[in-house]
Amino acid sequence: MTSLPLTPSAKRLGLVIDLDICVGCQACVVNCKEWNTGGYAAPLSDVNPYGAETDGAWLNRVHALEVGEGKNSRTIHFPKSCLHCDDAPCVTACPTGASYKRQDDGIVLVDESKCIGCGLCAWSCPYGAREMDLAGGVMKKCTLCVDRIYNENIPEAQRQPACVNTCPASARHFGDFNDPDSNVSEMVRERGGYDLMPEMGTRPTNKYLPPRAKQQDKPSCVGSETAASTQVAAQGGFLGWLDDILSMGA
Amino acid sequence: MAPDTRPGEPEIEYNTPLNDEVKTTTCYMCACRCGIKVHLKDGKIRYIEGNPDHPLNKGVLCAKGSAGIMQHYSPARLSKPLKRVGERGSGEFKEIEWEEALETVTGLLSNIRNTDPRKLAFFTGRDQSQGLTGWWASMFGTPNYAAHGGFCSVNMAAGGLYSIGGSFWEFGEPDWPRAKYMMMFGVAEDHDSNPIKMGLSKIKGNGAKFVSVNPVRTGYSAIADEWIGIRPGTDGLFINAMINVIMKNGWIDVNYLLRYTNCSWLVIQNPGGADDGLFVRDKDGNPMVWNRKTDKAVTAESGLMDAALKGEFKPKRGQVAKPVFQLMAERYLDDVYSPENAAERCGVPADTIYRLAKEMSDVAFKEEVVIDQPWTDWTGQRHEKMIGRPVAMHAMRGISAHSNGFHTCRSLHMLQVLLGSIDTPGGFRYKPPFPRPIPPGPKPAGRPDQIGPNKPMPGPPLGFTMGPEDLIVDENGQPNRIDKAFSWEAPLSAHGMMHMVITNAWKGDPYPIDTLFMYMANMAWNSAMNTTDTMKMLTDKDPATGEYKIPNIIYSDAYFSETVAYADIILPDTTYLERWDAISLLDRPISDADGPTDSIRQPVLEPDRDVRAFQSVVLDLGARLGLPGMTNEDGSAKFPGGYPDYLVNHERTPGQGPLAGFRGKDGSKKGKGEPNPNQLQAYIDNGCFWHDKMPDEMHYFKHSNQAYLDYATEMGFIPKAERVVIQLYSEPMAKFRLAAQGHGDHQPPDEHRARVEKYFDPLPFWYEPFEDIDNDEEEFPLHAITQRPMAMYHSWGSQNAWLRQIHGHNPLYIPQSLADKHDLVTGDWAYLSSRHSQIKVIVQVMEGVNDQTVWTWNAIGKRSGSWNLEKDAPEAKKGFLMNHLISELLPDQGSGYRYAVADPVTGQAAWYDLRVSMRKAEANDQAVTEPQFESLPTPPGMAERPSSVRYGSQFAKTLQKATKIFGGKS
Repeated sequence: MTSLPLTPSAKRLGLVIDLDICVGCQACVVNCKEWNTGGYAAPLSDVNPYGAETDGAWLNRVHALEVGEGKNSRTIHFPKSCLHCDDAPCVTACPTGASYKRQDDGIVLVDESKCIGCGLCAWSCPYGAREMDLAGGVMKKCTLCVDRIYNENIPEAQRQPACVNTCPASARHFGDFNDPDSNVSEMVRERGGYDLMPEMGTRPTNKYLPPRAKQQDKPSCVGSETAASTQVAAQGGFLGWLDDILSMGA
Repeated sequence: MAPDTRPGEPEIEYNTPLNDEVKTTTCYMCACRCGIKVHLKDGKIRYIEGNPDHPLNKGVLCAKGSAGIMQHYSPARLSKPLKRVGERGSGEFKEIEWEEALETVTGLLSNIRNTDPRKLAFFTGRDQSQGLTGWWASMFGTPNYAAHGGFCSVNMAAGGLYSIGGSFWEFGEPDWPRAKYMMMFGVAEDHDSNPIKMGLSKIKGNGAKFVSVNPVRTGYSAIADEWIGIRPGTDGLFINAMINVIMKNGWIDVNYLLRYTNCSWLVIQNPGGADDGLFVRDKDGNPMVWNRKTDKAVTAESGLMDAALKGEFKPKRGQVAKPVFQLMAERYLDDVYSPENAAERCGVPADTIYRLAKEMSDVAFKEEVVIDQPWTDWTGQRHEKMIGRPVAMHAMRGISAHSNGFHTCRSLHMLQVLLGSIDTPGGFRYKPPFPRPIPPGPKPAGRPDQIGPNKPMPGPPLGFTMGPEDLIVDENGQPNRIDKAFSWEAPLSAHGMMHMVITNAWKGDPYPIDTLFMYMANMAWNSAMNTTDTMKMLTDKDPATGEYKIPNIIYSDAYFSETVAYADIILPDTTYLERWDAISLLDRPISDADGPTDSIRQPVLEPDRDVRAFQSVVLDLGARLGLPGMTNEDGSAKFPGGYPDYLVNHERTPGQGPLAGFRGKDGSKKGKGEPNPNQLQAYIDNGCFWHDKMPDEMHYFKHSNQAYLDYATEMGFIPKAERVVIQLYSEPMAKFRLAAQGHGDHQPPDEHRARVEKYFDPLPFWYEPFEDIDNDEEEFPLHAITQRPMAMYHSWGSQNAWLRQIHGHNPLYIPQSLADKHDLVTGDWAYLSSRHSQIKVIVQVMEGVNDQTVWTWNAIGKRSGSWNLEKDAPEAKKGFLMNHLISELLPDQGSGYRYAVADPVTGQAAWYDLRVSMRKAEANDQAVTEPQFESLPTPPGMAERPSSVRYGSQFAKTLQKATKIFGGKS
């Protein structure tokens, strides 16, 4: 058993993921892999990469789901990575202290020097957000790009997780949820950001923004438009209407 | 600031340097061509990211671009020139030296050029250097050149260029920040990928409504406010029905129409006459309109706002004419296009069609966008504001890859024009160098009188025909190109017809060729219709002589694609990170609406194999052959430095070369200017791109904006600062129709007359896709289409260790109703049959697909053994190609002749016309897709497939790894 920090972390760094505009393009998935396979979590192995049964370690995946049936169905693209929970069961499940939650910023990490690859953390994570690196025999998970967000070699504007930086639809945002004025806190307030599976009691840091209400039947600007047109039609049809328009000096 | 290390927490090195060196270049993982930064560490690629300064992608990068590392280090890379030693198709090769390869090719090509240059067919697939390759073909003297446009989206391009002088994607874009309504047609998840995603995000954030019209609800359609799951091939009918609604209700911008379009031009009404359907013109050739106020025919320019739009007039003695708009009203107000009549065929309820038309009109006319930006039009009139109709549209292959695609694309532009939303704020915006004159010229070269031994052609092999006299046919009206482009079979085939080359060459129709030279086109697999027979044609021999029917095949590719096995000589190309390239305004530009952009690729890494960039090879061959433009007077090579030398020093016209930026001796000129010896360095110093942001007064109404027209002329985009009048009615179409009706010196052979007469209608109309006519609805009740996934492009993604984990095989997606009918559940196997062939596939049931449609991802299926994948890779055993079902030829219509499965106007491959039937496969069937083909052997010099990749471990040497005591595989 590994302990969580006794006091809440000073910062709660995490992601806001906007399900309204995620088109499922997988940019975040691959850019995450690309950054992290050479970064703090290096490497993210790919076993039998050109073969029949390929198995690679990824820190982030996007699933395309259909919800509902028939006319009421919709397609949702659902990105999934570690949610850096306050009550992270993966940490308390770890027998060696390899999994830990950082006191200062709340990031959940794996200390690979202690990881024995037993997989208990992955079993305990209700989100399935951890993946075993089969070639290395250690557990991999989202590091929130800990080697980017504080890295002074990176221009300040890009000191955010690779997935956020690369997302073409701006569906991913990074910030401190403890700061009520942060971009992420604001978005969660405005758009009704929610916890994934709150019933699990994990108190995840990452939040998802639900799809906006569909702009079905855009309300007409002029309610009487149809009636007016019908009238025009009755008086001489479209070409008659054209006469009127032109005589008004179009 | 980074936190201190807490007791018990491991120390983390936060400030790890990203790189030893970072180089900018341009992505080539798809056709989007984003700016990238490649971080190098210890001589290897550490990381590829979007370039934040680049105007196209502004720092973002998609899945494909992010997987560039795996593309570059792919074990499927070819490593040395190869010569076939076994039978063609056997895949048996030996390695040869470049000199031998180039001398062999030079020998073949030299013989051809000395005798009949047409016998070289040079087709270059997904080539991003068509500015070079087209010119090379021209200098060689063969008309038989094209890239992949003919089987991609030429309907879209030609439909736009003959109507509005621009088109979508490379030629124009939605006004993303200002649009309040966005309708997208037939865009799966592709072009242009990152700008669309960035734009949709903006649109939705702004509260605009986004409607996606597509038989399948994935990708972009998934986030649409409204998804219209239309029946394939009926978009034109749907659009014309919306035109019917907006015209019927007067929801049109009459001012815009009068000012910027040919809607008032008078059209001669003389059925049976030689001038029927042509514009009334004055003695100087100026089109005429009827002045309502003076009741006289006057030139269009002088009558502008007083022109009659309806009625019938007698501009000259004995001449009857109607304004274009009158003809439009007659066509589109007709009940054939009423929403009620369109509804069932489109699969879209009439009230939905009506509502969508009304929504768009409401936004266009009640929510107009006004920008306080004065501008001056082509008449010198100053306008204080820019007023726009904020309805934006975008469309791509889904509407264009049908046999009715050209007219559908024209209909779509007509809808935009009627709403007044072409290059107005919030609508569609041209990207410079567009708009161009309609059509943009130049005309194609390649007529018999323009071809001869050792003779360059007087113009480019691809271009824009204006009338029958521009066709590339012989004195009998028969095709003079091997693909039959610009023949009576496809008079406006502006991008050629690459999909017909192999069939025609194999048949020797219209003539046999000697050598097929291809680049980056997987024609023995996913780029061909009728893939199974295509492979046979490539290996078929003449029984009389024992020679191959296509005697010589030369192929250049960077990777071991399926087509490699069918070549006699392989010229291995570099990866995109090892080469120079230009994304040129002379080719397929990457500008945005605020200004022109071009860019370069620079070698980020040196090749570690014996490979050469194809473009440099082509220039080398040109010099060996002594081609004009590539050889100095003394016979030496004009561009001894290869492609980069050419990029800097080649001038297409004086002062204009492949790159528009940093021209002039000191790099201070743009557009035109003498070559700058330091031009490439100037690009590198600027992040490998050049963008010229135009002043705000030029940002809209570019077709008629004098400041823009002057700028475009100065830059060399257009020949003269003349405004571009939008051509709702297309006179070139009328000219072809007249020829078909028996007028003029250039008439179609009799067997083509009826077809040309029908499809060369100067106003867009909708007709049933050919396969809908030729197939029995009961026998083949389903439509079958493909889409390109966002994380994979073309076939070359499958060798990519990362991307193939996302799309390793492709199921056939079917609607629930069909699953119920055939008692199918996800994971079952089924046979799919067309009039041509049958395939076996694995099924996945989904909700978001049109009830009469099945679909799959494009180009995921691979031939066993290819791309250096294991023989039983899922791409080969569970993946499949829809291509096997698609014949390249229509059934014989009675004359004995079989037309291409293509648009009759442009020759665009009609992939999505396909009709199929389905039946469940018996449970004891072997669980592999069909057809299967013999595994291809790995060619020599190919890297060994690693059993695992731990890419990046070398960058983390300092990270301590514990010794495993148990758990996990190691």
